[in-house]
Amino acid sequence: MDLNLKCLEIRKKILTTIGTLGVGHIGGSLSIVEPLVVLYEKHMNIDPKNPKMEGRDRLIVSKGHSGPAVYAMLCDKGYFDESWLLTLNKPGTNLPSHCDMNKTPGIDMTTGSLGQGFSCAMGIAKASKIRKDGATIYTIIGDGESQEGQIWEAAMFGAQQKLDNVIAFTDYNKLQLDGALADICDIAPLDDKWRAFGWNVIAVKNGNDCGQIDRAIIEAKKADKPSMIILNTIKGKGISFVENAGVANHSMPISPEMVSEGMAELEGKM
Amino acid sequence: MEMRKVLAEELSKLMAQNKNIVLIDADLAKPNGVAGLKEKYPDRAMDIGIAEQNMACVAAGMSSYGFIPFISTFTPFATRRICDQVAISCAYAKQNVKIIGTDPGISAEFNGGTHMSMEDIGVLRSIPEIVIFEPTDNIQLKKALPQIINHPGVVYIRAFRKELEDVFNENSDFDLFKASKIQDGNDISIFCSGIMVQETMQANKILKEKGINADIINIHTIKPIDRKTVVESAKKTGVVLTAENHNIIGGLKSAVSEVLIEEFPVKLAAIGVNDRFGQVGRMPYLKEVYKMRAEDIVESVMQLLS
Repeated sequence: MDLNLKCLEIRKKILTTIGTLGVGHIGGSLSIVEPLVVLYEKHMNIDPKNPKMEGRDRLIVSKGHSGPAVYAMLCDKGYFDESWLLTLNKPGTNLPSHCDMNKTPGIDMTTGSLGQGFSCAMGIAKASKIRKDGATIYTIIGDGESQEGQIWEAAMFGAQQKLDNVIAFTDYNKLQLDGALADICDIAPLDDKWRAFGWNVIAVKNGNDCGQIDRAIIEAKKADKPSMIILNTIKGKGISFVENAGVANHSMPISPEMVSEGMAELEGKM
Repeated sequence: MEMRKVLAEELSKLMAQNKNIVLIDADLAKPNGVAGLKEKYPDRAMDIGIAEQNMACVAAGMSSYGFIPFISTFTPFATRRICDQVAISCAYAKQNVKIIGTDPGISAEFNGGTHMSMEDIGVLRSIPEIVIFEPTDNIQLKKALPQIINHPGVVYIRAFRKELEDVFNENSDFDLFKASKIQDGNDISIFCSGIMVQETMQANKILKEKGINADIINIHTIKPIDRKTVVESAKKTGVVLTAENHNIIGGLKSAVSEVLIEEFPVKLAAIGVNDRFGQVGRMPYLKEVYKMRAEDIVESVMQLLS
């Protein structure tokens, strides 16, 4: 499979989803497209026809506001019909802005209150260890989210419990809602922090490159401790006007004209 | 026997019967009496250190895998400290997490104001679907635990830690969702919970001498409250006193008042902590400070009936 082509398709779905609503968390959704595609297309043991399959690999997207990216990926895998994407945040929808395990098939944990999903992922990994089912637990956290103290409580827990079945990613796009992390509350040096907390750390130079992400996951699977893959990403990646909006792209209005412009750009690359 | 010993013994039995039960502590396993379970069930009982937020969410994650996690700490750290984790990862996500909080209200004694939860019930009562249970004695705790395990969803167990006189006997019926009648009477309804049940029993001796026959009902489950029993009693007596080891805002008084104002408004007074913080002291001293003694109950009843 051409993973780059798949990434373009997922980005189109994200644009459709948020464009239909007219506003949404597009920046942080676009920045995690590559890890989602690499995980769902190459690594995760899942069955979209049986979303609750026992012993499946799990993905907890702790930065729950990236729901639209996860929905695009789950839809692409066949967890639900494409028409659902047009219902984001509409009354009675199964696709709320933040991930909800009780509404959307394929969502493994309800997330949105930052820091919590990562802890839940540690609990899930511990549970898998007790069950001895061999599952790998994947989780994606935000860089801004890493300012939450709970992330570091969970980090210590993961190392202490030797949760080598955890492969985590930080979406290190260096921007949070109010501005640049460096200007608000810097988390650098992030690799040193995770290493100091007892994790296997892999820094991926281009976190929007499928090949680099794939190699990092293969390496992480060999570790005898939990792994943190730090993805140096670009917030809003892949659609120029979103990327160029910079810090404003955390949640921004998307007009029908912007949808057309973005679609043209993405299709031009296909 | 100390309530924490009963808690540990019963949990141990239940963990032997049900391999899905796990216990998670946050560095208070020893004071809560459950430290021994780590040796007995090394894979299912763990101490995760002083990290209550992580404890609540690890439990939620394990629940999503089919486990029934019990998390255990002191009441303030089980509620106000981790309110959002309990609300979102446990309750909103519909996980099957059981929360053990010990040393409620003034029973924290010499740990003082920082460790005294006068608001824990209020904090959790405003979160949908959480069951809030405060055992009155060891017998009630023993009978409640299997029912709590069988109830899917978040249940908060607000447990005393030390020695407490039994109110009920082994033959008493117990239903987690039904209030327990202690004495039938017609003059006044007294709804009481936790350590205030014993205090009410003391007060009852004096009331009886004065010829007052109280309808005494133990509200062990404050949410969902047994509306039927509360309303029936109020209709019978026409006057109500609540007695709780908690701020009178947000706890039993509030829960009873909310029911009665909707269904049968009556004259009502409350014994409990009157919107004040905690402080160090032994229980007899603290009961005096916060006017939570048997004689305060008697005085309040006399005023209500005058």
